[in-house]
Amino acid sequence: MADVNRGNRPLSPHASIYRWPISAILSILHRITGSALSVSGILVVWWFLAAATSSDYFATVDGFLTSWFGGLILILSAWGLWFHFCNGIRHLFWDLGYGFGVEEVTQSSYLAIGISVILTIITILIA
Amino acid sequence: MSYKTDYGRVMGLGSAKDGTHHFWVQRLTAVALVILTPLFVLPLAYNIGDSFEAVRAAYSHPVNAIIASLFILTAFYHLKLGLQVVIEDYIHGKGTRTVAIVVMNLACALVGFTGLFAVAKIAFSA
Repeated sequence: MADVNRGNRPLSPHASIYRWPISAILSILHRITGSALSVSGILVVWWFLAAATSSDYFATVDGFLTSWFGGLILILSAWGLWFHFCNGIRHLFWDLGYGFGVEEVTQSSYLAIGISVILTIITILIA
Repeated sequence: MSYKTDYGRVMGLGSAKDGTHHFWVQRLTAVALVILTPLFVLPLAYNIGDSFEAVRAAYSHPVNAIIASLFILTAFYHLKLGLQVVIEDYIHGKGTRTVAIVVMNLACALVGFTGLFAVAKIAFSA
């Protein structure tokens, strides 16, 4: 074996200790929030269906959604939706050819997170 | 090297056979949702937790009912397009992937049209 240093060489990028750029975190978060919003969509449709069915059935669904667990899911859903909304607008700008600079991408990453948190707080205050 | 003419390539629409249709409709629904999401979600947040009568009264109003219907239709179509890409990226094997996409499509249609029906029933009966 010519390679005496085998096993001791630096490997790059080492996936488990690699520090993700903010843009990479947002990219996977867009996919995660988008997929997770299926659950939120089902809950909202369940609520509408209950309101269309009977007051007894509505009480059951309303009881779940206003419980601490239901509330937690709704708050997470609100943030997931607003994040996907803000990051989606970022994607639409990219589709038009704007905002591809490294600095711009980093700035719009933090902007998307900041605005999504503000919109979530507004949503909670309305509720 | 391809011996296809430009015309033939266009008519074949690439390996997916539908050209940029999926990409385009994903963006079209995204733009619609930029407008519809605040209009739907803010009143929804206001109404969740309200009484049966109050919720029915709110969504029997044409503006709320129309926005809710448009949102549900557009959002579930956008969800279907997005979940299809996720499945195509992570599920390998032609059979499993095809089954997953078919099941996902049927589920999106089921939940989406249930939502549309529910909103319509409230709007027309309350």
